[in-house]
Amino acid sequence: MKAVTWRGVNEIGVEDVPEPTILNEQDVIVEVGLSATCGSDLHLVGGYIPAMRAGDVLGHEFMGTVAEVGPAVTKHRVGDRVVVVSFTSCGRCWYCRQGLWSLCDNGNPNPGITEALWGQSIGGCYGYSHAMGGWAGSHAPYIRVPYADQGVFAIPDGVSDERALFASDAAPTGWTGAHQAGVQPGDVVAVWGAGGVGQMAARASALLGAERVVVIDRYENRLGQARTHVGAETLNYEEVDVPAALREMTGGRGPDVCIEAVGMEAHTPGPQYVYDQIKQQMRLQTDRPAAVREAVYACRKGGTVFTLGVFAGLVDKFPLGAVMNKALTLKGAQQHGHRYIPEILERMSRDEVTTEHLATHVMPLDDGPKGYRMFKEKEDGCVRAVFRPGS
Amino acid sequence: MSSVVGSIASLAARGVGGVVRLVRGAFDRPAHRPSAAGGGPGWLEVTVFRDPSDVDVTVLPAPLAELDGEVEVRLRPAPGGKGTEVAARQRHQRSSGGGVSRLAGQDPQADLRSALRKTKQLLEVGEVLAVDPAPHGERKATPGGALLEAWTKIAPKAGVR
Repeated sequence: MKAVTWRGVNEIGVEDVPEPTILNEQDVIVEVGLSATCGSDLHLVGGYIPAMRAGDVLGHEFMGTVAEVGPAVTKHRVGDRVVVVSFTSCGRCWYCRQGLWSLCDNGNPNPGITEALWGQSIGGCYGYSHAMGGWAGSHAPYIRVPYADQGVFAIPDGVSDERALFASDAAPTGWTGAHQAGVQPGDVVAVWGAGGVGQMAARASALLGAERVVVIDRYENRLGQARTHVGAETLNYEEVDVPAALREMTGGRGPDVCIEAVGMEAHTPGPQYVYDQIKQQMRLQTDRPAAVREAVYACRKGGTVFTLGVFAGLVDKFPLGAVMNKALTLKGAQQHGHRYIPEILERMSRDEVTTEHLATHVMPLDDGPKGYRMFKEKEDGCVRAVFRPGS
Repeated sequence: MSSVVGSIASLAARGVGGVVRLVRGAFDRPAHRPSAAGGGPGWLEVTVFRDPSDVDVTVLPAPLAELDGEVEVRLRPAPGGKGTEVAARQRHQRSSGGGVSRLAGQDPQADLRSALRKTKQLLEVGEVLAVDPAPHGERKATPGGALLEAWTKIAPKAGVR
């Protein structure tokens, strides 16, 4: 079958790969309907997470139809229209049972890599390097899905494929950030990044009762989406001093909750960006944390900063003094989507969460290299390139 | 999670298909809590989210039973309802590989580490998760790819500190 693969740093290919087979009794095979690019893929494409091998199939955000069912699967049948959470989590270890699904003890078959990096391994993720399990990704006609009774969710009638697609990763990641950050009714929430995850974090914050939600980015089309589809206020960081603007919007206090949805390749005006870029390219730091730094400075005393964007390793010039002296709570997580997806699908069916607008460019798998180029360079206002293997 | 007295089992697997000898006795915990269920050289531990009464040391899961030589296993309840701490060591292998030797693929306890992780998966999930063969395209030969391939060969034998 044809698949979109990582061929090397900044090199995407389309090539033939074997079809997946059921290897564990709790597996299903899903025929992929739609598969989205994600901002976190760009860290793989650019070589910032050096755990990809040439030929690895990319993609972790997808929906489709169940094509084959393992003998121990009880909740799904061939032909079911489903969305699959991007993380592989067993559902039965202590972490999963606490609702901390991305921390699963059993979902990563290569625990040694992340254990060496972080002290302990976490769950796995489709198409996201050998550090996250070596799972083949979803930019292909078929994908194997382990632990299917835990990670596969039936899509309600009336929810379109294009909407349900983002219940796989962008929406539950946003929900993870807002919920785990403890957003409360009456809060002012600031979200750095107006991509799919940032928009969904903003929407989740609003649905949790936040009184004001402010989204920060530099791309006007994305900020426009945040205003139109999410109902958020916006700030363009190339036009305003963000901490000053946030203080003005909050009576001098600063936001109660600051959610960073940018990750390890943050851009920022001024010399800070040059400094971070040089250190990252020289491998003196693995990640560029400009948005996290700004969130820490902007957050109100005693508030919460949540790192939702993907970081891989080490950062430099982290304002730990501000964290300590302002009594901030600093949290982070990959998505615990299994606990949020049922609610998200229900809200999608009531039109309380809409996501179709994120899929700005839908194309066949053959256009994989073009799709990633458009997404990376934000060509033609690309917010997400989405592949439709059946086309 | 019900509270049970921990137990100690010593299992000798004498060759493939050979006689398995099992010795079981009480493991009396001191009043103060020791640092670990094993608590000594060569012991490796993992916490399994199953009630101690669900972990029958008389029928050890295959991954531990299949290890060469005599294997000791100790169990005790994990605090806070986190399940059961399972500690194991191979009598002939008392030293633990350091971080560098583990990264170099020369961990003397790699097989025990792998057996404990598989045991945890069998007890919690009922199966050991497999990833290979995963579909992939052409693997071109590069130094980085060779290094990563070597690491992915040893990475599955981690997950137990």
